[in-house]
This record gives sequence, structure tokens and C-alpha cells, in this order.
Amino acid sequence: MADTIAAIASGLTYGGIGIVRISGSQAFSVGDRLVRLRKGQLAEAKSHTAHYGFAYDGETPVDEVLALVMRGPHSYTGEDTVEIQCHGGPLVMRRILQAALGHGARLAEPGEFTKRAFLNGRLDLSQAEAVMGLIQSQNEFARRASLEQLKGSVGEKIRELRGKILHQIAFIEAALDDPEHISLEGYQEELEGMLLPLLEEIRGLLKGAERGKILSDGIRTVILGRPNAGKSSLLNLLTGEERAIVTEIPGTTRDTLEESVQLGDISLRLVDTAGIRDTQDQVEKIGVERARQQAEKADLLLCVVDSSRPLNQDDQEILGLLEGRRALILLNKSDLPAEVSREELEGAAAAPVILFSAREGTGREELERRIREMFDAGEIGTNQQVTITSLRHREALEQAEKSLNLVLESVRQGLPEDFYSIDLMDAYRQLGLILGEEVGEDLVNEIFSKFCMGK
Amino acid sequence: MAIREFCDVAVIGAGHAGCEAALAAARLGMKTVLFTVSVDSIALMPCNPNIGGSSKGHLVREVDALGGEMGKNIDKTFIQSKMLNRSKGPAVHSLRAQADKQRYTGEMRRVLENTPNLWIKQAEVARILAENGEIKGVVTCSGAEYRCPAVILCTGTYLKSRCLFGDVIQPTGPNGLQAANHLSDSLRELGIELLRFKTGTPARIDGRTVDFSKMEEQKGDPVVVPFSFTTDPATVQKEQVSCWLTYTNEKTHAIIRGSLDRSPLFSGVIQGTGPRYCPSIEDKVVRFADKDRHQLFIEPEGNYTHELYIGGMSSSLPEDVQVEMIHTVPGLEKAEIVRNAYAIEYDCVNPRQLKLSLEFKDISGLFSAGQANGSSGYEEAAAQGIIAGINAARKIQGKEPVILDRSQAYIGVLIDDLVTKENHEPYRMMTSRAEYRLLLRQDNADLRLTEIGYQVGLIPEERYQRLLRKREAIEKEIKRLQETYVGTQPEVQEFLARHGSTPIKSGVSLAELMKRPELDYWELAELDPERGKPSSEGQEASPGEGEGSLGGQLSEGEKGSSGCQLSEGEEDPFRGQLSWEVCQQVNIHLKYEGYILRQQQQVEQFKKLERRRIPPELDYRQVGNLRKEAVQKLSDYRPASIGQASRISGVSPADISVLLVYLEQWEHRKKED
Repeated sequence: MADTIAAIASGLTYGGIGIVRISGSQAFSVGDRLVRLRKGQLAEAKSHTAHYGFAYDGETPVDEVLALVMRGPHSYTGEDTVEIQCHGGPLVMRRILQAALGHGARLAEPGEFTKRAFLNGRLDLSQAEAVMGLIQSQNEFARRASLEQLKGSVGEKIRELRGKILHQIAFIEAALDDPEHISLEGYQEELEGMLLPLLEEIRGLLKGAERGKILSDGIRTVILGRPNAGKSSLLNLLTGEERAIVTEIPGTTRDTLEESVQLGDISLRLVDTAGIRDTQDQVEKIGVERARQQAEKADLLLCVVDSSRPLNQDDQEILGLLEGRRALILLNKSDLPAEVSREELEGAAAAPVILFSAREGTGREELERRIREMFDAGEIGTNQQVTITSLRHREALEQAEKSLNLVLESVRQGLPEDFYSIDLMDAYRQLGLILGEEVGEDLVNEIFSKFCMGK
Repeated sequence: MAIREFCDVAVIGAGHAGCEAALAAARLGMKTVLFTVSVDSIALMPCNPNIGGSSKGHLVREVDALGGEMGKNIDKTFIQSKMLNRSKGPAVHSLRAQADKQRYTGEMRRVLENTPNLWIKQAEVARILAENGEIKGVVTCSGAEYRCPAVILCTGTYLKSRCLFGDVIQPTGPNGLQAANHLSDSLRELGIELLRFKTGTPARIDGRTVDFSKMEEQKGDPVVVPFSFTTDPATVQKEQVSCWLTYTNEKTHAIIRGSLDRSPLFSGVIQGTGPRYCPSIEDKVVRFADKDRHQLFIEPEGNYTHELYIGGMSSSLPEDVQVEMIHTVPGLEKAEIVRNAYAIEYDCVNPRQLKLSLEFKDISGLFSAGQANGSSGYEEAAAQGIIAGINAARKIQGKEPVILDRSQAYIGVLIDDLVTKENHEPYRMMTSRAEYRLLLRQDNADLRLTEIGYQVGLIPEERYQRLLRKREAIEKEIKRLQETYVGTQPEVQEFLARHGSTPIKSGVSLAELMKRPELDYWELAELDPERGKPSSEGQEASPGEGEGSLGGQLSEGEKGSSGCQLSEGEEDPFRGQLSWEVCQQVNIHLKYEGYILRQQQQVEQFKKLERRRIPPELDYRQVGNLRKEAVQKLSDYRPASIGQASRISGVSPADISVLLVYLEQWEHRKKED
């Protein structure tokens, strides 16, 4: 019943292989008109088989291709699907797509294949979103979190929480309808006993979400230190051998230029590295005030102190910025005699101290270990903890938390039971939005419009 | 020669649905003929002797707010009245009144007989006339033909009905009345799908043979709140009779268990589906096997008789088992049965064939209301009756139908549930069915619906003006309380301490203070600078008695819901001219403001999907990605909106997403064309 859609699935650039994907009730007949196999027809082929042949636009051969057959519901979209692998040139792919459209397929909208997977019940909404997350992941953490989500970890967790809430709603309603047989005596304690751990779980997810977002976007890091403390040495230590993967993040002004650095499987977004690198030419201008401004926006502060000079007023003020933040102090080992000791620094500031030397290349491992500890990154992938990375999911969880807190308040104020269900219902619906099980008016279209073409 | 007459609306059946339908149509100027198999049985209460109860009380008040008759009629004929669930929130407070059955019937008949445009005919309608999907009239058993553009089916439990207990089967309607045996076939010929439902009623016993000393007395409320917003509360403060509570026990249950094979319910003789929420005693014993007792309410059938109704003991067991089981109950050891309990089976319309206006989707001008639609209960029937009556009249007048949605009224919930959800048993109204019940309270039915009743033409100008004045008074008083601040003076803190409330740190409005669980509108009168002077000497306000004369009589829970000793126009001694109903609305509104606001937000969400209309011509088979089951269900029900579609069982959230996506493209394409 679904019309048949087609799109270039591999991106319109030069490459070894290009893929045109066709999905829908007519996928096989479109495929058969498009591809002449050496023998047989795609329509008769077994599911999950590959077939060699030539793609034709009318009577003109376009390319030598391999056609993959996947029968619904065992395909990505849940519908009959043909994927045509051709030689990866934009012109070739375009010609093949044009031919498919000529044979009755319609050009797919961005994200439409995944939308169909969702609408056909192959994926819940959180899984569908994970597909996009996976494509867009910039680092190992983001990739793993998205994969877990795609496998259904988020959906499973949310379904479990929803189930618990629904149970309470049902009980209250049943008791209101049949007071003779269902007693609400002692129910308030029971509800509270269920709400507290539930709220705890949601808070845990939200806490993880904050961490998850930081880790998947890259940790926004600011390097602080008074002039000539050794900030550029630290920068070299971080980027040194891996200069090749340092990327300038586009779209940012020179003033706030960011560089991304991989530290094992986590990434750091170093802010305003330009300001540090440019110090060769001009007097370093990052004053304490500027440092303060930048520090406010950072997830992580790295404060560099020169061990050969005693701490001055500037150092003290900068160290003061670390209070209550995720921060590390890096003591730059100098050839000159030490004026500041590790112990002294540890007494003066509320952050761990690491010794480093850019020249000897030491301190990098400890830095990585400390950062991992600080963001709990060690857990990722090593246990089954569910990590929320989507902002949309996070908002829904926050709303659910708010509603459940209102229930708790109602319980504690001794309001009658029939008041609880209003906020319980809100919490239930909010969680349902994550799965796509509550119908949000334009939610579905909004989500899939963010997808790329061909997915 | 057979009689041939013309009218506007023919109403078939004069039960609670038929009466409201006929009154509404006639009052809207339609020449209305009301058919009944027995004029003596108009507005008959063949089962329980009460009106209202949990959530049903809401329906009665809504019918009244729209201009219906049920509330007024029970106010005239009740013998005991009670506001239920007072210990719970205002949303679930519900009025219930015991009726004097004979007087209830008689008073309703009098109203019908004195309504212009309304003609009562004792006749069984045998055939519905329709041509090309359009209603033409009805024909009685005797061949009399009434030509009319609108017909309302209110056939209750009479269609092909039979009454059963044990192996006794009687081919009658309720109470031994004549069944309607012809109409079912005529409906089928019109292509209407019928269901077979079942319900039942308990035995009636002779009050002279009951030992009341073994039961708990259930008295009425000391201050009675009337059902109708038009009834002067002073007229309903009268002597009341008591009901009595007793229980079944293990002996009772053993007798029932031992005789299940003789019950037509369990032996399979009864084919109809019974109500889960109003189960027979044998159902209860089987289903709640772990309960060692069940409540029984012994309720008088009226002031004219000794007959008592055994609430909670409906049954279809054989006569001898009925006697035996009743005699195991404390107080009923020697009870003489006047009428046996019985189950009744009947044909009803599958309501999914109806629009939300209660008109058949495929037969223009044919409406259906009440138990004929698979509901149960007098109140549910009346609620559908008035809507069907209004909409039949409006159809003839060429006006849009009146459709109440789920956020406006229990009536809206009732009708939407009936026509949208699959009903396998008689549908009973329940508070849990109303998602937005905090907004749909029985105390504000007039504020919700009387304006609609006025626009329809069932509410007179004078009543409407009174409503507007009430609304204005409420709004003004709320505003005043929001703007009236009290400071941290010692007398304020002392007042708070006395009420177990924490002291305030800075100035706070009275409206804010009212939100505290331990305080309310009446108590805060003490801090209210505008409480004015006590109206007469010696009536000095004492703590907790801020509400004046009524304060001493009502307990905490009652304050919020009680009606008024002070009727319209009488002065509240403390806050100028405000009536009790106004104070009550102000109290509820401010006290539960946060909850009300959140519920209103839920309604906003709900309305978004209700507003997404589905074009009636939509062919669901053309919608890609829709599951087969969903295509089937949607094609059967043909919902009016996405919201309604989402409530059809078997239609999943993903199906709704598919529909939304499809509709968007569809509208897009339409624009391009």
C-alpha cells in the first residue's frame, strides 16, 4: 500500500561504491525495470541476496551494478527494498536514480526511509533518532551511546518507567470506580514508596544525560593561566603527535576558534586556541577578566601554572576560578629551579594537580585518566547503563520529573487520591513522547525532517 | 383506513432517554410524538430506586444545565439525598437521591402532558420507514403511519427482550411489560447492526419482614443539595427515609456456588453480554472469590409501599435459590420476596454506527439514545436523550448538531466512548472515564453548559442572565482575593498557628493562603478585611465558623460541596452579597488552581488532535503504511477527527502518526490541485 520511494543513499560524492536505495510495495518491479540481471528477476529472488547485472536508463546502459534484495518486513524500512550498488560517481548515481524515478518511484524526502521504519513499527522513535545520532557521531562515546539507543536501550528503560506509572494510575482509577472492592487505605505511603525510587532513576538518567551530552559533543575545555605559564606547551602536548586530527571547527569566529582533540575515545573542544597560539607575535592579552568569561562557559578548566615562578596575584585569582568546577591544574615542569611545589598548589586550590612536560611528552596519560574519571567516561560501554544523549529526550524526562515531584507534593500535602492522577498522567505522556507512543501533533515530521537525504 | 399523520419528530420509547428527547424536541418547537407500550410506565425505574451516584450525578446536573428535566423531577420526588465521596476531591463528589418511584413516574408524565407540541401515543412501533438512506417515518403494529423527517430510537431494553431466572424464561420487557418484538427486524432491514446485551435486577422484598436492627442505618444528608440549578434549596429540606447496609457472608456464597449450574448466566442459556461494572451476585462471588462478604444496600422503593430493593444482589438464579440466599443475610432471615430477581436480554444498536450527534452515519434523520445504544443506567439514558432530541430538532431546522467533547462534559465522554470504543457490555458512566474530571465537576455543570443550553434554546433568558451574574460574581471575588494581602501582624500569625499552618514571612494574598491544605475560603474570612459587619447582633464570628449559620452543621469535607442555606439574593453575612454557590466556586478555583491549570493544559493538548478533522470521504485503503487492522477499524468507525481516531481500539499511536503524515500530504495535494 505504501508508495515506492528512491534516493541516493551513499552521498553524492566520488567514491568506490555508490548506492541507490528503493523501498516500497513496487520496489522489486521498479528494480526489475531498472536492472537487467544476467538471469532471473529481482521479484523472484530470495531475501538478502545479491545479483549482478547492468542498470539501464531506457535502452541506454548506465553502469555495471550489484542489486541487493531485502524483503519486507526484514528490511531497514520494513518494506520490500532494493539497493543498487553502482560505481561511485555522482553522474552515475544520478542517472540510476533518474531511471528509478522514471519507473514509478518517487524521490524520498530526507529521513523518509527511517520514518517508514518507524511508521512500520520496526523502530520506536528513540531508535529512529539513534540512527541520526550514529551517522552524526563525532567520537567513540557518541557512537557507542547511539548504538545502544538503536539497539533499544533507551526505549526499554522508558517503557519500564512508564509501566510503573501506568500501574499507579490504573490502581487509583480502579479504586475510585469500585471503592467496595479496592481500598485506598495506606495507599499514600505505597505511592510515595514507588515514586521516590522512580524519581531517583529519572534523576540518574538526567545526570547521565548531562554527561552524555558533554561527552558526545566533546568536552568544552578552556586552558587558563597567566602569561607565559606554558599554555602553548600544554596545547602542544595535547595536539602534538596528533596534529593531523586537529580540526578547526567551522563557523566560529577567529576570536572563539575551537580545536577538537581526541584523547583516547573522548574528545576535547579546546576553546580559543588562537589566543594562545598567537602569543608569539603580540603580548598575551588574556587577562583575568577574559579568563573568567571563558571559564563560565566551559565544561572543563585546565589551569597551567609555571613551576619556576612563585604564585602571584594573577595565579591566585585564576586558581580561584576553579572553585566548584570540573578542573585540573597542570604544573609545567621547567628546567629552571622549582619555585612552586605540587604540595603547595594542592593546598592553594580545589583541583587535582598533574605534572607535565611538553618536551618530554609526559603527563598526557594522567591527564586523560583524570578527565575520564571526572566525567565518568570509564563506564561507557563497560556496563549496561542507559545514556540519554538527545536533548528532546532530556526535556521530556525533565518534564516527567517535574510532574512526579508534583505528585509527591500532593501526597505529602494529604490531598485526596483523585488529584494524583493529573500529574501522573502528565509524566506518563511525557515519557511516551520519547518513544513516539504519545501522539505529538507534528513531532514525527519534525524529527525526520532533520535527517539527511537517502536515510 | 389506516391512520396517516404528519409530525416532525417521532420518539420511540418513553423511558429516561425518550422523555428527555421528546421534551427537548418539543420545547424547540418540533411537533413531537412520543410512543410507549404503556402510558402508565413513562419514566419507569424498573431497577434501582435512585437517581445519580458516582459520576451519574454529574450527568444529571449536566442534563439540567442544558435544560433537561431529570434533575427537576428527582428534586420533586426524592425521599433521601446524599452527596457521595465527600472525603475525596471535589471532582468526585457526586449527588445521589433515592426516588419515590411512583411519584417520579407520575411527575414526569405530568410534565410531558403539559408540554406544548408533545403528544403521547400508547403503541408499539413496528417499522421504521426510510428511503435512500433518509428517514421517512414510523409505522405502528396496528398500521398507523406517522410521516416525519426525524426518528429517535429510545427502545431501552425492550427490543426482543426476554427475562430469565433459573430455567424460567419470560418473553417480556422489564417488570413484565410488553416486549417490542417487531422493530429489530425492521432495523436489520435498514442495514443496522444489532448487538445482544444483558443486564439484571435484584429481588424486591416486603419491608414488614425485615429486621432493621441487624443492619447499619444509612441516613440522608442533614442539608440537602438539590440536583437542579433551578430548584430553590429551601424546598428540598425535608423529612428523609433511611437506607440500610448489610452484607452477604460465606453461607450466602456457598449457596450461590452450589447452584451456579442452575443459573442461565453460567449454563449458557443467556447469550447476551452483561455489565462488568454492575455484576450479578453470582458474578461477584465467582470473580472476587477471595472476598468473604459483599455489601448489600436495602433501599425503599417509595413512600407508597413497603417494597425494598436489595442493591448489590442482582441475580438470575432460580426462585428457590434466591429465597435461600436472601435468608442467609443478617436482617433478611425472614424476608418475603415480592418480586424475583431476573436477568434481561435485549437487542441494542451497535453504537459505532452513530455519529457524535447520535444520528446514524448512514441513515439521515435517524437518531438513537439510551440503553438502545448499549449503555446502562437511567442517567446515561437521559444524557443521550437530551442530545438526540436537540440534534433531531436542529437537523430539521438545518442547524449544525450540538456535540459536547470530552473536555466539556461527562455527556461528551459518554457519547464519544459509546460511538468510538468497542463496547462488549452495557456501558456505565464512571469517573475514571473522564480524563479531565477536575474541570468537569458536578458543582460547575451550569458554568460549563448552561450557555450552550441557552444558545440551543432550552434555557430561558432569565436563567441565562442569572448564570452571567453568577459568573461575574465568581470572577470578581477571585480577583479580589488575589489582590487582598495580609501582612505579618501578630493576629495573622496567631490565626495561622491556630489552624496548624506555618507563619508567613512577608505579605501574602488571601488567594495564596487558600492553597494551603489546612485553610479554605470560609476559614480565611477571619483575615478578610472586607468581611463586613455581622448582619445581626450576637452572631460574632468564632474560629472555624466563618461561614455563618451553615458552618456549625457541615463538616470539613462538606463545606466545599454543600449547597446553600442562603439562597439566591440572601446576604452572606461576611462577604456582601455572595451566594453559597459563588463562594464554593471561588474556594475550589483558588484552592486547586495549580491542578486546574495543569488539567487545562492537558485539554489544550487534547484539543489540538480533536481539531485535526478527517475528511469523511477519506479512503483508508489509500493510506500507505497503515496496518490492515487499522484500515479495517478506521473504515468501520469513520472517526471525525484524529483525536477520535486515536481512541479507537486497535488503532495504535504509529497508525495515528501515519494518518497525520498522510493527511498533511493530502491537504498539500488538495491545495496544489
